[in-house]
Amino acid sequence: MGVELYLVISTIMLCAGIYGFLMRKNTLAMLISVELILNAADINFAVFNKFLFPNQLEGHFFTLFAIGIVAAETAIAIAIIINVYRNVQSLDVDKIDKMKH
Amino acid sequence: MEYTILILLLPAIMFIFLGLAGHKLKPKIAGIFGTISLGIVTLLSLTTAWEYFTSPRVNGVFEKIIPFNIEWLRLGEFLHIDIGILLDPISVIMLVVISLVSFMVHLYSMGYMHGEKGFQRYYAFLSLFTFSMLGLVVATNIFQTYIFWELVGVSSYLLIGFYYTKPSAIAASKKAFIVTRFADLGFLIGILVLSFYGQTFGFIDLMGGSSDLVLQGAAQKSFLGIGVLSWALGLMFIGAAGKSAMFPLHIWLPDAMEGPTPVSALIHAATMVVAGVYLVARMFPLYIVYAPGVLEIIACVGAFTALFAAIIACVQTDIKRVLAFSTISQIGFMMVALGVSTSMDAHGGLGYMASMFHLFTHAMFKALLFLGAGSIIHAVHSNEMKDMGGLRKHMPITHITFLIACLAIAGIPPFSGFFSKDEILAAAFKFSPMMGWVMTVIAGITAFYMFRLYYNIFWAKEAKHEHKPHESGYSMTVPLMVLALITCVAGFIPFGHFITANGLVYDLHLETSVALLSVGVAIISILIATIFYRKETQPIPEMLASKLKFIHKSAYKRFYIDEIYQFITHKVIFACISTPIAWFDRHIVDGFMNLMASATQKLSYLIRNFQSGRVQQYAYVFLLGIVVIVGLILLIL
Amino acid sequence: MDISLQNVVFIIVAIFISVFSVLTVTTKKIMRSVTYLLFVLLGTAAIYFLLGYTFLGAVQIMVYAGGVVVLLVFSIFLTKADENLNIGTKIKKVLPILLTVLIGGGLIFFIIFTHNFLPMASTDAIEELSMKTIGFALVGGGKNQYILPFEAIGVLLLACIVGGLLIARKR
Repeated sequence: MGVELYLVISTIMLCAGIYGFLMRKNTLAMLISVELILNAADINFAVFNKFLFPNQLEGHFFTLFAIGIVAAETAIAIAIIINVYRNVQSLDVDKIDKMKH
Repeated sequence: MEYTILILLLPAIMFIFLGLAGHKLKPKIAGIFGTISLGIVTLLSLTTAWEYFTSPRVNGVFEKIIPFNIEWLRLGEFLHIDIGILLDPISVIMLVVISLVSFMVHLYSMGYMHGEKGFQRYYAFLSLFTFSMLGLVVATNIFQTYIFWELVGVSSYLLIGFYYTKPSAIAASKKAFIVTRFADLGFLIGILVLSFYGQTFGFIDLMGGSSDLVLQGAAQKSFLGIGVLSWALGLMFIGAAGKSAMFPLHIWLPDAMEGPTPVSALIHAATMVVAGVYLVARMFPLYIVYAPGVLEIIACVGAFTALFAAIIACVQTDIKRVLAFSTISQIGFMMVALGVSTSMDAHGGLGYMASMFHLFTHAMFKALLFLGAGSIIHAVHSNEMKDMGGLRKHMPITHITFLIACLAIAGIPPFSGFFSKDEILAAAFKFSPMMGWVMTVIAGITAFYMFRLYYNIFWAKEAKHEHKPHESGYSMTVPLMVLALITCVAGFIPFGHFITANGLVYDLHLETSVALLSVGVAIISILIATIFYRKETQPIPEMLASKLKFIHKSAYKRFYIDEIYQFITHKVIFACISTPIAWFDRHIVDGFMNLMASATQKLSYLIRNFQSGRVQQYAYVFLLGIVVIVGLILLIL
Repeated sequence: MDISLQNVVFIIVAIFISVFSVLTVTTKKIMRSVTYLLFVLLGTAAIYFLLGYTFLGAVQIMVYAGGVVVLLVFSIFLTKADENLNIGTKIKKVLPILLTVLIGGGLIFFIIFTHNFLPMASTDAIEELSMKTIGFALVGGGKNQYILPFEAIGVLLLACIVGGLLIARKR
């Protein structure tokens, strides 16, 4: 059972995440897709660390820190989304254009 | 005599003050301010004249004094433009003339312009004009003269166009400015040529000063067969001709009568239009030495203009126009007087003295005539002769003063015009008998048309008036009386003691034959005018007009000079030169620019969709880019 | 390749993750989408367990499944999140995205399978990473020790707390 199989899982997850990011119009749903993408990257770090460089722990800790940062990022993003929703009564990403014009 | 700087500064300060703060003042207060400041300036000028002419002579001549001078702009090793005050006999006399007439006009305008819109603006412009004119005459160098020369032009433009809601006034102001501006181009080139060869702008240096040798060297050089100094002085005369309305640049002056009448009296009769004469007089020593040929041209142009304008004046019906052409004619007299001078000594330079004398007396009686005309217009609300007639009963003061002025301009002793005109005729006879006779005939015509004017206004048939004409108020009649008084006594001023070509004392003595001749001609002309126009019906002039229909009509139309100008500017210059250039500019130059602009615009419309502001579109393009790049890398490796 | 228990578990987890990943982005209800995301995250934790990184798996469950998903659920409750979920069903809009994603995925698969990985450790015998090692590495200052990033993350989280409060508070 090689490295490749793990990478296949993460690739599927990544592609699903990208597809969702491009297809969804709802900001929350886009955020969910972003979580998928990040998760795929985390798996890759862990896998590379485990199988290719077993004597060091860089990938492991990178994943650890990434999880922490993702949590923070999600919290901030949701705060912003809720705030925007309060102002424009919509989560539609195309309607959030008040600061564009 | 440092206080002379105040003569310049007071009107300038008053212009700034009235121009900026005038609208906050009551009109009357603004007028009083302007008049009082001009009164002070007049007093100062008279004091200056008194002090200057009572100071001791050095070697028999009055010294030239420069009480104030600053270097304003240095152009090179020799050339520098100064701003200063030069006092010599002619500038002092001019100071007196200008400030006196200007003061009278200020006073007169208090009554004449009463209740006009923009009264404060009017006084501000009058102050500006007075300032520029005074600056012009006391200039220490040609360039300062030129600067003030242009300022005078600007203030004249502003004052002619004072009634800026009247299209004819606007057209007249533009015409005056453009025509004189054309002439000033010649003046400027003349200045540049002269200063290039003379290596100085200063009058004192140019005339018998340090640059004598330099000029003598330059006199050898020539361009197109004519000496460069003749070119320079000739070009300067073109500028002078423009300002002084010499033929063929006279066309602006009659139209300039669209301005308020006191302005016509000040600018277009007494002061600004004689600036050209003053300029030639100022440069006179150079003309005599280096360009005697140009002096002859000046004499011919002056004589022709005097005759031409006098003939036109005989048939005009607008009284201000008559006076305007009479002014042109009289300035022609002054130019002739300058032109017929042949040397600097007392006999050859008689014309110089005579022209200055005539300038002085003419300023007074012509201002008087214009102010009188203003008083009449004020009373009957019309410029046309047919609306007047029989006014002598209603306006006694205006009548008497007007008559005095008419007698003065006709050359009847003992009024001032007789003395000065006599000197001019004597100088002309000395130059050549032909010139003398021509000038005598013109003097006769002058007497004729002035009395035609006089009889048509004050005698003849009384026109119907909506309300009875009445004498004007004191603010208007007092200046008339003052000027009339000066006109009565000015002839007895021993002018030769103050101004002569070489500065030495010269006692005027009347040439009996010339004096008798001119008085005789004048009296005959007046008698003819009396027969023609005194009665209520005027059969003889009407008969003459119908007999000589062609000449009468063309003179009435001012010999179609304006039409010729119209033809040249519109049909030749506009149609053949300006229109193609305008087409080129509009279609080729602008077209190129428009093409660039529209191309840029099209391109921006084309690429504006790249900047949609949509996150997902950006992300998609980003992804597409990555896929393409990675795919390409894989293909290459 | 013999079929060990580990392999069986791996295959089950792999299928589980793949199916729920795709379901997450294709479902029509956002609540379901979040639920499927939770399954994917739990599956990822399972992969960490398989790799022997038990601490990492625990963190994944706590932070992701426990924190992030709860946050998402609450925000969905607070908003009308079901409206306009997708950009549309028009083939003109969907097809380019789908094609690009598929081609991109294909490229990645191509790279994965053509690249020759050199595994240092056996992929079969997995040892568990001891908690003690992690603890020392996390708060030590020497080589291969991570006190500096640890502190940096601490400061970052503090900044996030302040920022989140600032954004969310009512004026």
